[in-house]
Amino acid sequence: MLKRKLAFFMMLGLLVIAMVGCSSAETEQGQEQETENSDNEQEEVNEEAGNEEVEINYYSFSASPNYEEELDQIIEAFEEKYPHITVKKELAAYDDYFTKLQTQIAGGNAPDVFELNYENFVQYASRGTLADLTDYIEEDEEFDPSQLNQQAFEAYQYDGKQYGMVESFSNVLTFYNKDLFDEAGLDYPTAEWTWEDELEAAQQLTNPDENVWGTYAPTTMNEFYKIAAQNGGKIFNDDGSVAINSEENLEALTYMVEKVTNHGVTPSPADMSGQSPEDLFLNGQLAVLHTGIWMFGAFADAPFEWDVALEAGNTQKAHHFFANGLAVSADTEKQEAAYKFASFMSASQEVAEIRINSSWELPAISDQSVLGPYLEQTPPENREAVFEALDTLVMPPVIAEWSRISDATNEEFEKALYEEQSPEETLNRLESEYNDILN
Amino acid sequence: MVGMKKRNTYLWLIVFLLPNFLGFILFIGFPIISSFGLSFTQWDLLGSISFVGFDNYIRMVQDEEFWRAFRNTFLFIFGYLPLVMVFGLACALLLNKQMKLRAFFRASYFLPVITSWVAVSLVWKWLYNPNYGLINYFLSLIGIDGPQWLHDPSTAMIGIILASAWKDIGFVMVLFLGGLQNISPSYYEAGSIDGASKFRMLWSITIPLLGPTTFFVTVISLINSFQVFDQVMIMTEGGPSGSTTVMVQNIYNYAFRYYEMGYASAMSWALFIVIFFFTWLQIKFQDKGAN
Repeated sequence: MLKRKLAFFMMLGLLVIAMVGCSSAETEQGQEQETENSDNEQEEVNEEAGNEEVEINYYSFSASPNYEEELDQIIEAFEEKYPHITVKKELAAYDDYFTKLQTQIAGGNAPDVFELNYENFVQYASRGTLADLTDYIEEDEEFDPSQLNQQAFEAYQYDGKQYGMVESFSNVLTFYNKDLFDEAGLDYPTAEWTWEDELEAAQQLTNPDENVWGTYAPTTMNEFYKIAAQNGGKIFNDDGSVAINSEENLEALTYMVEKVTNHGVTPSPADMSGQSPEDLFLNGQLAVLHTGIWMFGAFADAPFEWDVALEAGNTQKAHHFFANGLAVSADTEKQEAAYKFASFMSASQEVAEIRINSSWELPAISDQSVLGPYLEQTPPENREAVFEALDTLVMPPVIAEWSRISDATNEEFEKALYEEQSPEETLNRLESEYNDILN
Repeated sequence: MVGMKKRNTYLWLIVFLLPNFLGFILFIGFPIISSFGLSFTQWDLLGSISFVGFDNYIRMVQDEEFWRAFRNTFLFIFGYLPLVMVFGLACALLLNKQMKLRAFFRASYFLPVITSWVAVSLVWKWLYNPNYGLINYFLSLIGIDGPQWLHDPSTAMIGIILASAWKDIGFVMVLFLGGLQNISPSYYEAGSIDGASKFRMLWSITIPLLGPTTFFVTVISLINSFQVFDQVMIMTEGGPSGSTTVMVQNIYNYAFRYYEMGYASAMSWALFIVIFFFTWLQIKFQDKGAN
């Protein structure tokens, strides 16, 4: 069945390539004729760009499924500002998003402007699929890079050129159920918390009879690179060589695995049996949960008191950092309109306000006064932690083989969780697997 | 006159076949050929396609993951095939008798066959849930501490096999029912006159005369089970720790998660060759059996 599906996509791709090939040849001809006919071509082109009705396609994952209405509001505001541009939105859930995007690009049918998270950005930029926005930014009178958080803005540079506009960022914090802490007579987590403190508290908070666990964080690659960083470890060296098999990483992995196997303070995959940790937290079954600030909205109506704190560290602090941005397709003829939308999504006041009011991640703008209302909303009371975490952020490693590396890692971690192999063996195996994958 | 009529008939034949034939060429024939071509290339959908000769095939032979998927697929088949054959035949024999509510039972056994794999997988996922699932609940009633099913590498494949067999038994049953109805009652009359026991009649009359049906069912089931994917994708996604990663799941991962279209195409062709080989083997075997 799949072979057929695979083949179908390739077929479709080739068909589309063929069709686009024909149509672009036609337009080229058309343009040539125009050039011949007009004495002052430059002016005419500019004039045309100003008045001509343009429809651009925008493809997004972050609006799906909870923020479709907000996206509609944004598009409305944009179309009001630029009446000649119409935005057609297309949404997909994150899990399906990139498969579709990749096939569309391969088929020469890429959306004009689309969302890319930081982890995937480099892969697309390095393959020449994205339009260089540097000139558009320079010409843009309304937008100045200083309007954005510099670190986030620069994350979308490749080879010294700007290939994307950061729109929002988010990070992961320690969420905790205050009621469970009160019941156990424990102090709430503080910014000074270490692994040891968290483990100790978790042991007292765990109550197997009631199916209540002390703490949860997934035992996956995405969690591991942060935990490793909290212990001074890393996955790859700066020169790209594999650095997984280190003393620091072994300590980090042992800590993660033993929370499940030895201490029983974190539910095992079997204990979870398909439930999401967020649901367990909402159900009062997790005292501490490490999850993203995008859960603020969903947890707002929790039937208990909760707050957030900075993540516990070991030898140092480290926090996840996720950025989403908009990129413009290299193939589209509507680059200018597409850029306008990208910059509107990224830096405009209107969008920032809509995002803040709906807790739809954080706009990456630097103007603190706009962010004011965000900090005033509760729960959680300790919203400042979102910004404090930015001081110690760790970026995900960016390599083309990231999904394979992640999958291989998660599989070996699972074996460690099932106690089929020790953390030490796990890292040994991973080291050689990484080297195989990267050749 | 006659020639004209014949030509007319052919014309209509072509007209009626054309939509299907075009669809076949467009969506199956052409892609099959292009996937063969792609299997000698490296392509990540975004960049350009580069020709790499037999590299993908050489890599496959050395790839531990590929062989694990290969083993897992055979593991599935060894569990699944006997189950559906035996229980499919048993159901057919039971429901071939005159009995009350026969149509109702036949329909109930066939119901899972026409249900979508997505729905079936989700229901089974809940049945298998180690904490809240019905299966472990019933086991606990008779004092058995149920396994972790899909969450344990040693039982996950068993879980997939049982669910798959449950879904397909109805299909096999219907094919066997057709076969049973083709057996002339006179054989059984002769048998009972000679005083043969029920079991003897099953062994010496029913099973040999079902030969062609059995052959057909085996071939179809084998081909299908080599391509097992939907239930695996939904119930375990190939986990835990790779214990249920079958060949098609592996192909899917390389094509749509790692975007290695060339390697995925090569593995698709390997799967084709395996299926082709086993089908050919069966036909050989069948010919010998018939002679």
